[in-house]
Amino acid sequence: MIILFWFFAVLAVSSALLTVTRKNPVASAIWLIATFFCLAAIYTLLGAFFIGIIQILVYAGAIMILFIFVIMLLNLGNDYEPDIRGHVWKVVAGGTSLVIAALLARAFSGELPAPLGHVAGPASLAAQTADRGTVGVIAIPLYTDYMVPLQFTAVLLLAAVVGAVVLAKRKV
Amino acid sequence: MMQAGTVQAVQDMSDTAYAVSSVVKVVLTFTVVMVVVALLTLLERKISAWMQDRMGPNRVGPGGIGQPLADGLKNILKEETHPGEAAGVFFTLAPMLSIIPALVTFAVIPFAAPMPTRWGVMPMVVADLPVGILFLLAFSSLGVYGIVMAGWASSNKYALLGGLRAGAQMISYEIALGLSLMSLFFVVGNVGLPQVVWTQQRMGTWFFFTFAVSFAFFWISSFAETNRLPFDLPEAESELVTGYHTEYSSMKFSMFFIAEYAHVLTVSALLATLFLGGWDIPFLQRDDMLGFVDGRWVGNVPALWITLVTFLSFAIKTFVFIVIFMLVRWTVPRFRYDQVMDLGWKIMLPASLAAVVVTAATVLALDSAGVTFEQRALGFVPVYGGVLGVVNVAMLAVVVWAMDRGRTLSATGSLDERRARAKQTARLRAIELQTAERGES
Repeated sequence: MIILFWFFAVLAVSSALLTVTRKNPVASAIWLIATFFCLAAIYTLLGAFFIGIIQILVYAGAIMILFIFVIMLLNLGNDYEPDIRGHVWKVVAGGTSLVIAALLARAFSGELPAPLGHVAGPASLAAQTADRGTVGVIAIPLYTDYMVPLQFTAVLLLAAVVGAVVLAKRKV
Repeated sequence: MMQAGTVQAVQDMSDTAYAVSSVVKVVLTFTVVMVVVALLTLLERKISAWMQDRMGPNRVGPGGIGQPLADGLKNILKEETHPGEAAGVFFTLAPMLSIIPALVTFAVIPFAAPMPTRWGVMPMVVADLPVGILFLLAFSSLGVYGIVMAGWASSNKYALLGGLRAGAQMISYEIALGLSLMSLFFVVGNVGLPQVVWTQQRMGTWFFFTFAVSFAFFWISSFAETNRLPFDLPEAESELVTGYHTEYSSMKFSMFFIAEYAHVLTVSALLATLFLGGWDIPFLQRDDMLGFVDGRWVGNVPALWITLVTFLSFAIKTFVFIVIFMLVRWTVPRFRYDQVMDLGWKIMLPASLAAVVVTAATVLALDSAGVTFEQRALGFVPVYGGVLGVVNVAMLAVVVWAMDRGRTLSATGSLDERRARAKQTARLRAIELQTAERGES
């Protein structure tokens, strides 16, 4: 288990680095897919099968295919043109990731209070999965305790869809 | 009917036995799938020959049975071309990416009843994942990367168009595919494929009737997902040379072909499992079993002969779907691209959403009335499946009628009639014109 975790963790970090360093946008997208796959594998190792498979189904499958689609359509013939990666943005992005890494390091070294469910998490997840099934462990809280936020998210998405249609097709 | 509970002779496998049997199953399944795929290429050519009144391949071996071997050998020995403009790594990676998902998806399909061995009862599925169908949907949707990447990496405008078409088509039809399975999920209450088979056995009806709308939409979408006629827009040879694999040669080209046939095989097996009862033997209760749930055996006692007969049953059902895939390919013409998109977005998406709502309402009514899966009216008519089935067939009839709007179904002579009417109108107009001219002069 631990070997597998390190394998996928190293793979995830290195493909994430490759995603931001590649010049070719299609190559970046492919490495991003690889990152998503490694994340899905890590979720599965944690016992969250449903989250893992949804990661592949939604992110690696649906969203990234749209990304690639758009990149291929918009970027025909000039794959290697420099884009908007100015030095300021590089510094900002690097700084942000360093801050997050520092926070995580402090949390795991015990200086900060441990993340929620870090200790009891795996055992409680296993118990709940046995109780409600792989899908139910997500679905039952989502459709009972978090019903109102879910509905609001749905309305928000609907508004986004309508907005996209209106923008794309002015003469309806 | 069903004896749930621990049966003395039935015991779970030990960890070692499980590991060993898994390795054996992986190797066996892989070999069988590859051999069947090779034979499918021959079957396709034989069926096309039969439908066009030709002989088909008949030189290698008796009846041409060695043809796939000869084809494979030829493809390995052929020169491998690599276009100068092609994007190196991606060009090589694309065929691999298209073949892996097609082979991986077979892992979650149960192909026979659990087999009793000396070391415990062996489930006849390579990996009984708790997220079975979702795994299948996720990985079959990844197959499109291979195609899109092949199209893009070839640096060829026909290939690129083919790849883009494949991408758009897959996204469109995946939605209908997923939505059509929704009704199944909430009746089965689980996303594992063995549970789907078990529910069909308990209900006494196969899902092709109980979920007729889902069956129809899933089937149509599976044609689109496998890129077979009438949805083979990505490789439409009359418009795009051969689409995304225009620039490919030798074994790389062959890998796209293997991927396509592996996909056909997987989808046929999936259709058989989801809608034709999987390995269930019709009208027989003896084979009804699920497996271990929380350490307790559910269903009847497994036996070796049941495993063998159920495997045969599964193979026949899968074969039926494969043959229909091939018959359709050699029967109907290709859709226009806008028609494909219209069918996906304007018909199948709203219709499957409506079907989910209606089916959910029916399920709610049945559950509130306290009807169980096992309940039979008059001793043999399944109530639960029957009611759902009648509702679904009615919905399917409405959908088909709405799609058709009297174009083909109302009368076979309607086209002739319209032609005759058009001719009549033209003649009348000509006479009118003539008289008008005469009046002027």
